[in-house]
Amino acid sequence: MSEERNGRRTDSYYGRPVIKEPVWTWEIPWYFFTGGLAGASAPLALAADLSGNQRLARSARLAALGGAMVSPVLLISDLGRPERFLNMLRVVKPTSPMSIGTWVLSSFGLSSGIAATSDVFGVFPRARTLFEGAAALLGLPLATYTAVLFADTSVPVWHEARKELPLVFASGAAASAGACAAVFTPVGEAAPARRLAVGGVLAEIGAAELMKRRLGRLLAEPYEKEEAGRYSKLATTLSGAGAAVLGLAGGKNRAAAVAGGAMILAGALCERWSVYKAGFQSARDPRYTVEHQRERRRRKGL
Amino acid sequence: MGFFTDTSVCIGCKACEVACKEWNDVPDVIGELTGESYDNTSSLGANTWRHVAFIEQRIPTEVPDADGDVRWLMSSDVCKHCTEAPCLDVCPTGALFRTEFGTVVVQEDVCNGCGYCIPACPFGVLDRREDDGRAWKCTLCYDRLKGGMEPACAQACPTDSIQFGPLDELREKANGRLEMLHEAGVEEARLYGANEEEYGMGAFFLLLDEPEVYGLPPDPEVVTRKLGRLWGAAALAAGALAAGVAAAFIGGGR
Ligand code: SF4
Ligand code: SF4
Ligand code: SF4
Repeated sequence: MSEERNGRRTDSYYGRPVIKEPVWTWEIPWYFFTGGLAGASAPLALAADLSGNQRLARSARLAALGGAMVSPVLLISDLGRPERFLNMLRVVKPTSPMSIGTWVLSSFGLSSGIAATSDVFGVFPRARTLFEGAAALLGLPLATYTAVLFADTSVPVWHEARKELPLVFASGAAASAGACAAVFTPVGEAAPARRLAVGGVLAEIGAAELMKRRLGRLLAEPYEKEEAGRYSKLATTLSGAGAAVLGLAGGKNRAAAVAGGAMILAGALCERWSVYKAGFQSARDPRYTVEHQRERRRRKGL
Repeated sequence: MGFFTDTSVCIGCKACEVACKEWNDVPDVIGELTGESYDNTSSLGANTWRHVAFIEQRIPTEVPDADGDVRWLMSSDVCKHCTEAPCLDVCPTGALFRTEFGTVVVQEDVCNGCGYCIPACPFGVLDRREDDGRAWKCTLCYDRLKGGMEPACAQACPTDSIQFGPLDELREKANGRLEMLHEAGVEEARLYGANEEEYGMGAFFLLLDEPEVYGLPPDPEVVTRKLGRLWGAAALAAGALAAGVAAAFIGGGR
């Protein structure tokens, strides 16, 4: 609770935030979603290819390419000065997750682009496996670095979720990649995709729950109210229902697979939105910064 | 080089705010009255690189129902020019850099407006300017320092509340001033940011109440110090993702 002394709040200056609210806009949660979908689709494509399931491999490859094409557009459109995007590639800065992420995304786009082109036009089959392998490897950091990007800030609900956030994003990416492939692959060849989708959903719901528990009462609060709260509930409902539909009926009926897959995709998107909004809400209200830090000082015995 | 801001002598004249705007040609936002005490700029931001806070505190009296006296706390806040600056570390373009004076400056021509530095700063200093999309903050008058002058805000301060100089000298002064105040019975006086081990601030303060009363974080943290552990957690999650994909193919089936 905010401490009161002599009748006024002592936890902030006229209720003003202590840290600044991020200036990022709607492109960021969408990018986290498309990046995750693309990132997890690449290893799915490789595994399907290696197991000889070409239909599934093709769906996943195209999902990886699609995500890799949309993602940079979203990122560039979010920049305050989009014309200066190339400044991002001016340096490789290991201390900046955004710099690393830009390089990962660029090389991922290149690899998955070559892999998909070679598949569609039937050229360079050997190069295809090579680039597919590269895309699969780069897809793993692509699906998880965004969690580091958020956690490496002074926004309390992001920074304090640093251990669980990558798991939330990775499992959401797995669920999206599986769901997307299940939607675009004939049911007879989509069994691994369905398993990945359902497993991803279970892991996603579990990881998000774990994250909120570990955040503790105070910092989990933003996830229970306003927009973050609504997105959080919606994410669990959509993902859970989608997994049930896809898992139970998706193997027999294409319509069920499409419906279930779409719900899982929407659920994964809502999960990103809830994390994004929770961060904004916690930055806006000085209570989260001040009380959390007071508590830390108390623990340090200061 | 840095600042020691002694808020116990600040008279809230806002000369520093104005001098900063004048010298650096910062767009004028004065005139938007907020109704918050006598403060018309409210917080540090893209167009306010020095901000003078006015805090009205009611001192309770023994007499029931009496209003009591008002105590005024005034404090001129600024970028801390952190010795280990989170904003600088996260900037993906290298627009933020450390100068030869040990201060932290944004290069306007390199900044691409990504906004990463903004939530990275534990003090809410940096902000994006609406019309040009770039991040702005105090430069500690880089141009003036290069010319051998002191920063405009420090020069304009009539009470020497803002003192500029080498950090170790300033720390010594600050400790002396703190002792003086404690001896004079001002027990609530405390230094904020002067202890380098806690959080290295190139601009630190002598305050007369808890930091949060002034809108400062009570226990700022160099969040970027944990970067290795953050990547470790991401690597684990990436491994789990790879394993999950592989596991989905166990049992075959199409
Ligand atoms: S106070 Fe904020 S803006 Fe200033 S150097 Fe430190 S982190 Fe950067
Ligand atoms: S907004 Fe500009 S200064 Fe801030 S991190 Fe991005 S490029 Fe660097
Ligand atoms: S040092 Fe210069 S730029 Fe910084 S607040 Fe003072 S006058 Fe403004």
